[in-house]
This record gives sequence, C-alpha cells and structure tokens, in this order.
Amino acid sequence: MSLIVDNLTIDHGAIRAINNVSFIVPKSKLTAIIGANGAGKTTLLRTLSGLKEPNSGSATWNGESVLNRKPEDLARSGIMHVSDGKSVISELTVKDNLALSGLWRKDKKDVAKATEEVIEISPILGQRLGQISGSLSGGERQMLAIGRALIARPKLLLLDEPSLGLAPLIIEQIFQTIKTFVTKMDLTVVLVEQNAVGALKIADQGVVLNLGSVVAVDSAANLLNDPVVRSAYLGF
Amino acid sequence: MNQFITAVLTSLSSGAIYALMSISLVLVWRSTRVVNFAQAGQAVLTTFIGYEVTVRSGSYWIGLIAAVISGALVGAIIDRFFMRPIFKRVKSGPIVMIAPVVATLGLLGLIQAIIGFIWGFTYVSIEAPVSTDGYNLFGTVVAFSPFNLMVLVAATIAMLLLTLLFQKTNIGLALRASAFSPEIARLSGIKVDAVRTLGWAIAGAAGGLAGMLYVPGSYLHPNAMDVLLVFGFIAAVIGGLDSLFGAVAGAMILGFAINFATSYISYKLVFITAFALLITVLLVKPNGIFSSSKGRKD
Repeated sequence: MSLIVDNLTIDHGAIRAINNVSFIVPKSKLTAIIGANGAGKTTLLRTLSGLKEPNSGSATWNGESVLNRKPEDLARSGIMHVSDGKSVISELTVKDNLALSGLWRKDKKDVAKATEEVIEISPILGQRLGQISGSLSGGERQMLAIGRALIARPKLLLLDEPSLGLAPLIIEQIFQTIKTFVTKMDLTVVLVEQNAVGALKIADQGVVLNLGSVVAVDSAANLLNDPVVRSAYLGF
Repeated sequence: MNQFITAVLTSLSSGAIYALMSISLVLVWRSTRVVNFAQAGQAVLTTFIGYEVTVRSGSYWIGLIAAVISGALVGAIIDRFFMRPIFKRVKSGPIVMIAPVVATLGLLGLIQAIIGFIWGFTYVSIEAPVSTDGYNLFGTVVAFSPFNLMVLVAATIAMLLLTLLFQKTNIGLALRASAFSPEIARLSGIKVDAVRTLGWAIAGAAGGLAGMLYVPGSYLHPNAMDVLLVFGFIAAVIGGLDSLFGAVAGAMILGFAINFATSYISYKLVFITAFALLITVLLVKPNGIFSSSKGRKD
C-alpha cells in the first residue's frame, strides 16, 4: 500500500509544471512535498486527485493507476484531496460540510462514528455545527476541510497548503492536529507545503521540488539538517 | 375594496405561476451557470404532452402528472445528452461563456419547431378541472376563480415540497453543494454530473407544472410560454438568480406590480410594468434584492 509516482510530467497551461517527477510515498507515513511558490506542488496534487490530466508518466496507489480518473471516484475509493486554501463550502453550515463526504457511504453508523472522532480531535467544530461555514476563522475552516475529508475514512489524504494564510500559532495547531489524525486513523498523507520547516517537523519523509523537478528525497530529519538543501531550497 | 382584494388574489395566483418558471430557471442557473432559454420550449412540449394525456384520459389531473413526469424526463435528457457533451467539448476561449447559452436558444427554436410539426401552429386549450368563473364577493363577480385558487394551492404545495427536498434531504444537500462548489463536492465524492442532471429534471418538472397551471387560463401553442419565460426570468433577476427564495419573492413582486398596474391604471401596462421593474432593479440593485451569494471571506 504505497503511492508510487513514476516519471510524471504535467503541463499547466503553456508551462511545464511537473517534469519527470518520481517518488514513493510509503504507507502510514506522512510525506511532505515542499518547495517555493511555482514549484508545481499544487499541479501535482490536483493530478493525483483527478482534477487535472497529466501529459505522461504514471502514478499508482495499491498498484492501481490514479491518473485520468474522476475525482469523485477517487474520493470514493479512499483518496481524499483537501484543496488549497480553506476548502469548505462557505454557504453551507459546518454540519452540512462535514456530511458531504458521508452522503454516499453505505455504512451510516461509521459515518456517525467518524464524525464523532473528528469532533473529538477538533472540538471547536462540534460547537459550531449549526453555523454557516463562511463565519468560521481561517484555522477553523482548515480544520473543517480536513475533518470533512476524514468522514470518508480515506486511506490516502492529499493536503494542499493547509497553513496558507494562517497565523503562526494557528499553523502550529493545524500541523499538530494533522499529526494526531495521521496516528489515530492510520493514514497515508501527502502534505504539500510552502512552510517547509513546519511541514518537515511533523513529516516522516520529505520531497523537495524546484521548478517542476525533484531535487531531494530523504527522511524529514535529514532534510532539516542538510545545510545544502536548507540554504538552496528551504531558505533558512 | 373588492378591486383591492381581487388584485391581491390575482397577484398571488399569477405570481405563483411566475414563481414556478422562475424556480426552474434558477435551478439550472445554480447548477450549471446557464440561463436556460430552452425552458420555454421544454414547458410547452411537456404541456402538450399533458394536453394529449388530458384529452385521451379525460382527466386534467392525469394530464398534470404526465406533464410533470415528462418535464423531468425532458430536462434530464437535455442535460445528459446535450448540455453535458457541450460542456465537455467546449473547454477554453471566449466561446466557453456563450456556447451553452446559445445552445439553449438553439434548442428552444428546435423544440418549438418540432412541436409545430407534430401539433401544428394552432391554438388549443385545456379545460380547467374546476370552474374558471370568478367568485361572487359581496354581490359582485370578481376576477378570481376557483381555478386561480387551485393554481395558488398547487404552486404553494410544489414550492413547499421543493423546500423540504433542498433543506431536509441528502439529495438536497448534494444539490446545494454541487451548485455552490462543484469542485469541493466532487472531491467529497459526490457525483456532480448526475446531481446536475437531477437539477435539470426538477427544473423541467417545475416547468411542466407551470405550463399545466398556466394554459387553462390561456391557450396552448408553440410559443405559449415565451412570455412566461420572460416573466420567470425577470422574477429570477429580481431575486438575485441564485436563490430559490429570491425566485419566489421576485415572482410575487412581479405578480403584484403587474396586477395592480393593470387593475388600477390600464390593462395595457403588463409589459411596461414588467420591464420597467426589471430595469429599475438592474440599475439600483444589480445583484438582485434577495441574492444569497456572499463573497468568500478568506
């Protein structure tokens, strides 16, 4: 059970956003994909969740290709993508947002149980169930977006920039909550982040992207301590 | 006093029909961002089907059910086999915004021509199931009949059922989510394409109902719903295009404006009132009086 990306190439408009990228995301591990703005991180994630078509290469999860499939089918097969920004439907209540990824699930008892688990880890959502999601703070909306994905009981979670636009203190909380979810729910996670340090601190493994190409794959600890990678790509 | 009561009652019953048409336009707009001009054609086609069934079965009610069901089917078929391929094929360039709307215009012409081919370009009528003679109010006959009352009741029931569907059911949640954010809905595992087709089906059913409630007080011919489409559209714009509540409220405002202007000033004021109202709303509050769309706070 791992995600294997092999020689993947993706154009974004006229730009080659991802160029011959290969890496492996091991099961039950948190892999951070880091790199500056424009490194192709979001394009990569959108392709893995079916929102975008690749040019060439392959990507398999459990030996099955995830490319060129419908996002809703991938979601139902256990691959959940939390898209960038705070991807909640502002016009709907917190309760309705959470319910979305349980609508199609047959096991309604487990949907209720998953909802309880999400609220347990993120109690603020439980207090805000009846509120319109647009009224939540940035951090709360991010928690809601991740919580919604978890109601589907995913095996593979794709997170796009959960720290985007949040205050440092909140970012730390979000990262810690992600870590808690990963451990409690036995998830395999791909975390795309510009906030390299924060992401690597909770990650097991890191993939460094620069201008569409992989420049380093290593354990998160090694990447954090590698002076070359630090100065060249992480900027600290 | 009689004139006032009559004006209120006729405003309500004509507003109810505009509301159904307006709802059918808003449903399609919300789910596909297309102003569906073909709705006038769809409504006429399904009302003609309702007419045929009424004539053959001898029952208006069976005809009404046939119109609603065929309205849903026609709506679903148009989305599945016409609109969806167009959206798939037209992906970029300035044509993206205009192609689907032009497609619905083309479809309108086509449907009306087919109706003319099958039923001829003549006027037919559907007999109302209840009396169309005005009630006798304090010794005078007023312009509000048992049929008008039936229209009001039927449209109200339909709107209540739609409200329950949208607010209280899982299907309603999927419909709302797919309308607000198709991408997030898809990523949550909702089959947005199928949900859209369902939206078109519900819109078509509402159009069929509007037609069967409209025609007994008027006539049925290939262009019979053109005016209703325009009024439904005006009502939708007043209501902000995005909100079902706005569609109903806009239709009632339009119904009251038209009926009071014609009742108190001149019967010739129907279109002047409707379009003056439309233009005023567009100038003063272009997003509609009841627009539900709020800017994302990020």
